[in-house]
Amino acid sequence: MEITLHDAVTVLHGMGFGGLLLLTFSGAGFAIYSVAMSGSNWTPTEREGRFLGLYFSAMAGLAWLAVIAGAYLVYPWYRARPPAGTTDLSGYPQRLLMSNPMTAGWHDIGMEWKEHLAWFAPLCLTAVAYIFLAYRGQLRRHKGLREAAIALLALAFFATAVAGFFGAMLNKNAPVRGGRTIVLMAGEKS
Amino acid sequence: MSNGKGAAAILALGIGALVLGIFTLSGDAIPSAARFFNVWNPTGPLSGVTGLTIIVWLIVWWLLARAWGTREVNLSRVNWAAGLMIVAGLLLTFPPVMDFLQGK
Repeated sequence: MEITLHDAVTVLHGMGFGGLLLLTFSGAGFAIYSVAMSGSNWTPTEREGRFLGLYFSAMAGLAWLAVIAGAYLVYPWYRARPPAGTTDLSGYPQRLLMSNPMTAGWHDIGMEWKEHLAWFAPLCLTAVAYIFLAYRGQLRRHKGLREAAIALLALAFFATAVAGFFGAMLNKNAPVRGGRTIVLMAGEKS
Repeated sequence: MSNGKGAAAILALGIGALVLGIFTLSGDAIPSAARFFNVWNPTGPLSGVTGLTIIVWLIVWWLLARAWGTREVNLSRVNWAAGLMIVAGLLLTFPPVMDFLQGK
């Protein structure tokens, strides 16, 4: 059982940072619903407010790690240009997708949108984290801030989900592979 | 505690989103802009588009926080303005809209 370095970094970017971020939205949705809905009487204590702020900060951190790893580690491998005359495009995912009209859309729409849309997630989550850390228990007195935090969280989820979907589909149609091979486990010959 | 600091974060985000959309469209539509945004060649124009967006977003946030830090501002208007800018930013990063605006 082996994996290439590029595969491993892509997994870390998508399933590590991105996947974990998607999981955290369920907790964030529950917390923000509890604090922000008008019928709720829960006013977080100072300690609870700080915990929520740290939770959203951790989400923002995951989002930043996901986009930075995506843009500066995985994307350069994805968009690598093959030398002239190359016929096997398996090591050049962007070119491989664009070489076939049936897969070109995954790049033209999928990657072209994902590479920019994904950045909305860390921007939104940083703002939400700041609002929770700055206002903590006082957030209950600021209806407009609560509404904005809900909208920003929803937008961050949308950006993360769309980027995650296209990331998975892109890697399914044209996997980012290459680099050093890492042997995870040696199997037995049958 | 006044709502100024929170409002600054929200409006700065709206401006950052709009800037991201404008930079994205510029990088796609104008070859000289694409070259300008090509800060790090392996990542291409995306490096400059996102890097400069973050710089603009942080500077705007800092300026707004200084101006509004202790003030009570009309948050409804701030939210609407930020919302419209975010929607515009989202549309400008969507490839079919970018193509439509460029007449492709």
